Amino acid sequence: MSMLTIGVLGLQGAFREHKQSIEACGHEAKIIKRKEELEEIDGLILPGGESTTMRRLIDRYDFFDALRTFGQSGKPIFGTCAGLILLATEIEGNSSAHLQLMDMKVERNAFGRQKESFESKLKVQGVANDFEAVFIRAPYIAEVNEDTEVLATYDGKIVAAQQGQFLAAAFHPELTDDNRLVEYFIELVKQYKLKLAVN
Amino acid sequence: MSHVGTDRVKRGMAEMQKGGVIMDVVNAEQAKIAEEAGAVAVMALERVPADIRAAGGVARMADPTIVEEVMNAVSIPVMAKARIGHIVEARVLESMGVDYIDESEVLTPADEVFHINKREYTVPFVCGCRNLGEAVRRIGEGSSMLRTKGEPGTGNIVEAVRHMREVQKQIKEVTNMAEDELMVYAKENGASYEVLLDIRENGRLPVVNFAAGGIATPADAALMMQLGADGVFVGSGIFKSDQPEKFARSIVEATTHYDDYELIAKLSKGLGTAMPGIEMTTLEEHDRMQDRSE
Repeated sequence: MSMLTIGVLGLQGAFREHKQSIEACGHEAKIIKRKEELEEIDGLILPGGESTTMRRLIDRYDFFDALRTFGQSGKPIFGTCAGLILLATEIEGNSSAHLQLMDMKVERNAFGRQKESFESKLKVQGVANDFEAVFIRAPYIAEVNEDTEVLATYDGKIVAAQQGQFLAAAFHPELTDDNRLVEYFIELVKQYKLKLAVN
Repeated sequence: MSHVGTDRVKRGMAEMQKGGVIMDVVNAEQAKIAEEAGAVAVMALERVPADIRAAGGVARMADPTIVEEVMNAVSIPVMAKARIGHIVEARVLESMGVDYIDESEVLTPADEVFHINKREYTVPFVCGCRNLGEAVRRIGEGSSMLRTKGEPGTGNIVEAVRHMREVQKQIKEVTNMAEDELMVYAKENGASYEVLLDIRENGRLPVVNFAAGGIATPADAALMMQLGADGVFVGSGIFKSDQPEKFARSIVEATTHYDDYELIAKLSKGLGTAMPGIEMTTLEEHDRMQDRSE
């Protein structure tokens, strides 16, 4: 398998952990702090952190259009927790959303405050039957489009989904040693890289 | 089966704050300014450390009204301080749904011997440390996040630098130590052998370590990041400055881009007067908050 370069948006949050997961899967990881660096990568992970903070920094460093163009060009993006919120077209209770790349409506802090945060074994379609999912002040996906595939639910709520090149999880694969979801994403990056090369 | 309050959930919450700035606020208005500026969390207080220092007397947990007001004002996590060893203040804050508790030497300690057994709580705790022994003792008690103690409310970075350097130096020592040397090190430093073993194996602390206590400028924040801090707490610095909004934004940016000196130069321009600082030698021994616990 040829080596891919996967970027992790490094403005704030758990980006180092994602870098380690990518490297553990045998690929090159690059922390992205400037928009020009997006040109050097095949796929991008939007890590967990504080979505409000990340959005402020995205605007301040003129990342907004660059990230949208990156996604629209057919390059895969994987958003975890705060990253999922950044990807969504709609946020419950907010008049405006962020990158609006993935058709879904999300509810922030949907499982409650920190003391309600939890971990649980989860069945993730096409990934694992026993994925160790860590939910921290996590959002969930309230509504998806018909072309969006639901990959996991917890307590009847959608917590992982995929629409084309966009993958989203409400939990934090980077906080465990379980790299299976990141491997799944890397597979997606590989597929889209071939697709983009053919076109 | 789901589990709340596990180490992964509690430590993970602090991992999400990395690279960010946590700001002290005393009301909803300040909390909104902090959120708008890009803070990753706010610390709800009745008084910032500089005012606690000036007021003297016994400093306690904030009035729950203030904490509630702040929780209702912002969607980022809200932290609050409990006195060292004050089990009830901590339980009260937990019951209110505060996202993180700072068992803090900034408040007057309730117990001069014992810290709270933080393992028993679902809510995570952050504690201060000046060296690795202190860090490991707090981790042993169940702290899910650490910060340097520094010297709060002084606007003087020297103590935070000392504490960060000391912890980093000792992590290197432990990492390079033979396993059979570790037990004596544990004994000499009053540190848990098991936690030291973990640090030796991974070359780092098992929880994040932020900088706190004396950060007054964007350059101070960047300095602490370069010394290995995972993020910064800014207490009195922001709302004691002339232009809190601008100041808060600048500190956030300097924390993200801590090695971009041209940017930090730009951020530092025209910020007005930073909080007036206090030189350490002018502090009486009983005024040193960092010595209030070990």
